[in-house]
Amino acid sequence: MSKARLMQGNEACAEGALAAGVKFYAGYPITPSTEIAEIMAEKLPLIGGTFIQMEDEIGSMAAIIGASLTGAKALTATSGPGFSLKQENLGYAIATEVPCVLVNVQRAGPSTGLPTSPAQADVMQARWGTHGDHPIIALCPSSVQECYELTVKAFNFAEEFRQPVIMLMDEVVGHLREKVELPDAVEVVERKKPSVSPDEYIPYANNESMIPAMANFGDGYRYHVTGLTHGENGLPTGKPAVAEKYLERLTRKLDPYLDRIQLYEEILLEDAELIVVAYGGPARSALEAVHAARSEGLNVGFFRPITIWPFPQEALEKYAGRQFLVPEMNSGQLVGEIERVVGRRQVQRLNRIDGELITPDQILQRIREVMTHVQ
Amino acid sequence: MAKQQFIFSGTGGQGLILAAIMLADAAVLAGQNVVQSQSYGPEARGGASKAEVIISDEAINYPKVQRPDLVLSISQEAYKKYGLTLDEKAKLIVDDTYVPETKPRSRNFYSLPLTKVTRTEFGSEQSANVVALGAVAAISRQLSLEHVREAVRQRAPKGTTDRNLKALELGWQLGVGALNQA
Repeated sequence: MSKARLMQGNEACAEGALAAGVKFYAGYPITPSTEIAEIMAEKLPLIGGTFIQMEDEIGSMAAIIGASLTGAKALTATSGPGFSLKQENLGYAIATEVPCVLVNVQRAGPSTGLPTSPAQADVMQARWGTHGDHPIIALCPSSVQECYELTVKAFNFAEEFRQPVIMLMDEVVGHLREKVELPDAVEVVERKKPSVSPDEYIPYANNESMIPAMANFGDGYRYHVTGLTHGENGLPTGKPAVAEKYLERLTRKLDPYLDRIQLYEEILLEDAELIVVAYGGPARSALEAVHAARSEGLNVGFFRPITIWPFPQEALEKYAGRQFLVPEMNSGQLVGEIERVVGRRQVQRLNRIDGELITPDQILQRIREVMTHVQ
Repeated sequence: MAKQQFIFSGTGGQGLILAAIMLADAAVLAGQNVVQSQSYGPEARGGASKAEVIISDEAINYPKVQRPDLVLSISQEAYKKYGLTLDEKAKLIVDDTYVPETKPRSRNFYSLPLTKVTRTEFGSEQSANVVALGAVAAISRQLSLEHVREAVRQRAPKGTTDRNLKALELGWQLGVGALNQA
């Protein structure tokens, strides 16, 4: 570990991207994500990378897809309004299986909303914002240290699974400065390249790994990339059997790897009668409330999904039968997943939508109420 | 060190967020855990601005200040919001230029000529934020001058290091002087 230093969440995200090998950034600045663009603009040219400030978020997303097709690890960052604009090309990247990382530092919406205030209201948009059946990975950091570590992971997942990965941050962690200790080196994954000659290359092969090898544009492997439903050769198809095979693989491609993708944290769960499920910035308030409840003798535990999509349902299912409290800075989004997994009657909601971070006192008060009810 | 919570409050453009970052840097140099956050409007200058720092030798979960141990206010509006209702056990520092109207407190109250001293020394109000940082650090008694000095060296914009170190020294002296009088 290197020396401890003070770092902002957005800065840690940018540093994580650099450690993971990012070489291309295209974006359009927007609060509260702008620091990521600023750092990329400063640092990418120094390492032979490219920074482009694009005309808008649609162009930014398109540019990182193009860059990634040439073999460059590519990043863009935005907030709610820009995240909406990126959805169309996000779908294109998913359908064409182009690795890339899209950071969304969530602010209060809808629309222009409260630009400098935090929220977690893009949770369902991260899952289903772009149309059609599709896989997605979304990671949700709760600390500055985790902004760094999860951005490295986001790139590694993107490269390994040929999959756009969303870093779903919030203004709380994005703008928080905190003591971090960054490692001297991190594990970096590179995408699998074809081991066959250009003549034998099947760009969207339905192989056992579910993840086809990816040739860089310019390396002599000539192939077709399209958002139209395509066969193994990459060319558009209208044949139901071919379409089905493609979508079967696309929508299930992460399944064999879920145990590595679904990250979560469990604290004080063994004897917990009530489990507080929280993620992102507000998870910090939740953990403080859980410790305070324990000091009052209440058997309360803490479960934090770090990967929110695909939702770690098996990990949570182990605790079915207990009571759950889900504090969120939205009017109830991820809580739907918890209700689906453990049953609606077991789950209490706690929502804050005024642009202020949910407080430990708010959560503690609800814990007391629920626990009285339980006993 | 037990958990120490600081609020720097004033008007956008006064450099209070940078001063809070420097205080947080000093805490990291002292080997402490620290979080620093801020809230402000969309304006580059003007509008209410608030920066917070929490320093502790334990892990810090909730990153916002709940019960401040020290509040700095450099506008009448900020004083009204954070200073007027402050527990008398907590320390309150105000600038006597920008917070002319204050109510008496029985203890822990420091009305200091932060802006005046800056103007006299440098001929402008620039670096008043670092003067304020010096006063805060001294009055808090939580950090050594050497750690704060190093933090200012790390964060001061290029070409302003000497000026800001001088500003820190002035603020620290104001703080120490105020403690001796109290």
